[in-house]
Amino acid sequence: MLLTFTNGVHPQEFKSWTNNSPVERLPFFADYVIPLSQHIGAPSKSLVRKGQYVARGEKIAEPGAYVSVAYHSPVDGVVSAVELAEHPGGKMVPSIKIKADPFSSQRLEKKPIDWKSLTKKEFADHLQNSGMVGLGGAAFPSHVKFAVPDDKKCDYLIINGCECEPFLTADHRVMAEYPLEVMRGIEMLQYFLTPKKTFIGIEANKKDAINILQLEANKHPELAVEIVSLEVKYPQGAEKMLISAILTNEVPSGTIPLDGGYLVSNVGTVAAIAEYFDSGKPLIERVVTVSGSNIKRPANLLVPIGTSMQELLNACGGFKSSDFGDSARILLGGPMMGMAQKSLDVPVVKGTSGVLALGVLEVPGRNTFQCIRCGRCLEACPMFLNPSTLGLLAKKGLYEEMLEENLMDCMECASCSYVCPSGIPLVQSFRVAKAVNRERKVA
Amino acid sequence: MTALAGIATAGLFMGGLGFSLAALLAYANRKLYVEEDPRIDAVEEMLPHSNCGACGEPGCRSFAEVLVNKEAEPGKCTVNTVEMTQSVADYLGVDVGDHDKQVARLACAGGSHVAYFRAKYEGLKSCRAAAVAGGGKGCTWGCLGLADCETSCDFDAIQMNKFGLPVVNENLCVACSDCVDSCPKDLFSLQPVSHQLWVACKSLGFGDEVEADCEVVCTACERCAVDAPEGLIKIRNNLAIIDYEKNELASKVAIERCPTGAIVWLKKGGDSIIKGTGAKKVIRMEPLPRVA
Repeated sequence: MLLTFTNGVHPQEFKSWTNNSPVERLPFFADYVIPLSQHIGAPSKSLVRKGQYVARGEKIAEPGAYVSVAYHSPVDGVVSAVELAEHPGGKMVPSIKIKADPFSSQRLEKKPIDWKSLTKKEFADHLQNSGMVGLGGAAFPSHVKFAVPDDKKCDYLIINGCECEPFLTADHRVMAEYPLEVMRGIEMLQYFLTPKKTFIGIEANKKDAINILQLEANKHPELAVEIVSLEVKYPQGAEKMLISAILTNEVPSGTIPLDGGYLVSNVGTVAAIAEYFDSGKPLIERVVTVSGSNIKRPANLLVPIGTSMQELLNACGGFKSSDFGDSARILLGGPMMGMAQKSLDVPVVKGTSGVLALGVLEVPGRNTFQCIRCGRCLEACPMFLNPSTLGLLAKKGLYEEMLEENLMDCMECASCSYVCPSGIPLVQSFRVAKAVNRERKVA
Repeated sequence: MTALAGIATAGLFMGGLGFSLAALLAYANRKLYVEEDPRIDAVEEMLPHSNCGACGEPGCRSFAEVLVNKEAEPGKCTVNTVEMTQSVADYLGVDVGDHDKQVARLACAGGSHVAYFRAKYEGLKSCRAAAVAGGGKGCTWGCLGLADCETSCDFDAIQMNKFGLPVVNENLCVACSDCVDSCPKDLFSLQPVSHQLWVACKSLGFGDEVEADCEVVCTACERCAVDAPEGLIKIRNNLAIIDYEKNELASKVAIERCPTGAIVWLKKGGDSIIKGTGAKKVIRMEPLPRVA
C-alpha cells in the first residue's frame, strides 16, 4: 500500500515522452536576459553597467534585501543593457541583458568551498550569494528556507522528488542522473540542520529513480536516508501533502511546516546546493523539460538561466504545426499550475521547471456553465476547502467573505478547476480574490 | 354561550394588550425622541440620492449632516446640478465652494485597431482576472478591454467602443472614482476639465520596441517636452508627464510634432480629441490581426 494524502486528482501523466531522455546540455545562444526578480521577495540590485564584460558565473546582481538573492552571468559576454524586459509572470521587470561572447566556454573559474568549516550563518550567506532558490517552481530563496530560527527545530528533512505535475520530468532526470549530488546535498543539509530523520518522497511512477537513489543511499548508511515510494496522485508534491503522506500529520492552517518541525525541499535544489559547494558553480543553469504534443522533439535540457524561450523551442525542433490555432497554448511550468505565455520573447527563469507547447487536443475550448453543486471540487481539494462556495462568493465579488471560507489556505493547485464539469475557472477567481484582498489590506 | 364568552374574552384580552403596548410605544416615542436638525432632511432632499461616495462620505445623508455642521461645502458633491448645489448653499447660507468639474480620463488609446494582441485570452472575462494571468495584449501597460470600469460605473458614463476601449461621457461622469479603483492597470484618473493637454499612454518602454506593440504609444522621443513651454512636460521613465501645476502654459504647440499622437488636446465638452499634425493617421477601422 503506497502512502498518500486525502483527496486530490489523477490527471493523465504524459511523462513517457521525456522520462527516459537523458539531460542534454543546451549550447549557448547570442542573447540572454536575466530578470532581477525571478525569486519571491525584493528585487536584486544590478552590479554591472552597459558595455561591461562579464565572465560565466560572475556575480552581476546582489541581493536587494534579506529575502532576495544574487544573480550570476550564465555565459561569458558583454552587458548590452540594464532595462525593463518581459518576465514570464506577465510584468515588465528590470533585467540585465547580456550579449554572449561567441567563444564563451563552459569553463568555470571557481573553487570548491570547504563547507564543513562554515557556521550556520555563513552557510546561509553562501546560499544567498550563490543565487539559490527553490527549483520546484515557486523560487523561494533557499537561504531563508534553511535558516531555521533558534526557537524552531527541523526534526524531519523531506526531500521532494514527487514531480506530480503531468509532462514534467526534470526532477526525475536529476534523481536518475545525479544521485551522487542529491546525496551530497542531503549530507550538507543534515550537517547544518541536524534533523532526526531524512526522507526522500518519490511517486511510484519513477521506479528507476527510486532504485538508483536506493543504491546510492545504501552506500551512505550514515545518512540514514529513507526513500519513500508514494502513490501517483496530484498534488503529491505540494509540501503539506507530502508531509501528510509520509508522516500522516497535518500542517495546521495558518502555520508553516517548520512550526511542526518539517522542512521540505525540492530534489533539484538539493543537487544544485551540492554542486555549488563541491565545485563553486552558482545557480546559472537548471534542468528544464520541454514537452507537449506540439513540440517536434520533447527533451530534458540543461538550460542556462536567461535563455529565450524561442531559442529553447528551436533547439527542440520547434512546433509541429506552424499554424498556432486558437487553442494551442504555451505554458511555463506544468499544465496544472503553469503560467500561459503570450509571447516567446520571455527568458527561462530560475523557477521554470518546464516549457510546454500544448496542441489543440490537450486544450479543448471550454465553455463556462453554472455551478451545478455536484461537489466534485470538494472531493478533489487536498486542503479540504469548499471551492464551490468560494467560487460563488468570488462571482459575486464578496472577496472579504472568502477569507472566512479559508481562502488563504488555497495553494492554487487547480485540482478543483480540473474536475469541474462546468468548466468554471475557479483557481483564477481565487487568485483575483487574493490579489484584491492584498490590495485592500495595503490601502 | 361559553364559546361566545371565550371569544369575547380573547378579543378583549388581545385588544387590551395591543392598546397597552401601543401606549407604551407612544410614550417611548415621546420620551426617547432624538432631536435632529430638521435641516438635515431638507438638505438630503436636495442632494442627488446616488450614494456614490465621491464627496468622501459614505452616503448622501451623512454628507447632508456634514453640510449642516458646516464641515464641508456643497460644491464637494460632484453629482448634483449647479442649480441644486446653489439652492443647498442658499438654504444653508454658505458659500458654494469650489465646483471645478472633474472627469475620469483614460491614459490609454490602444484600441484593437492600433494595438496588437499577441495571444487570445480565454480566462475569466474581467480585467482584474486578466491582469492576474497576464492578458493577451502586446503592451503590458495598456487597457485590457474587458470592461471592469463600464460595469463599475453607476452613472452609465462609461461605454466600451468597438475597439474595446472605454469612452467616458463627460456630461454623465461625476468623478466618483469607481472606475479609478476598478482598473487593475491604474489607467483612470480624475482630472479637472481644464486639463486639456493629455498623455493617453502609460507605457514605460522606449522607441520602436514599444511601437511594435501599439501604434499610438508614447515612445519617449521628447519632442513634446522640447516644444512645450519650459518645465510643462518632462520625460520620466520613458513617458511624457505633464506638470498640471503649470496648466495655464499648456497649448496645442506641445502636440504638434508627436509622431504617434500619444499626447492629445481634448476639446472642452469632451466630444473631440485633437491630435498633432505630425501624428501618423490612423484610418484603420477594423481590429488588427493577432501576431504570434
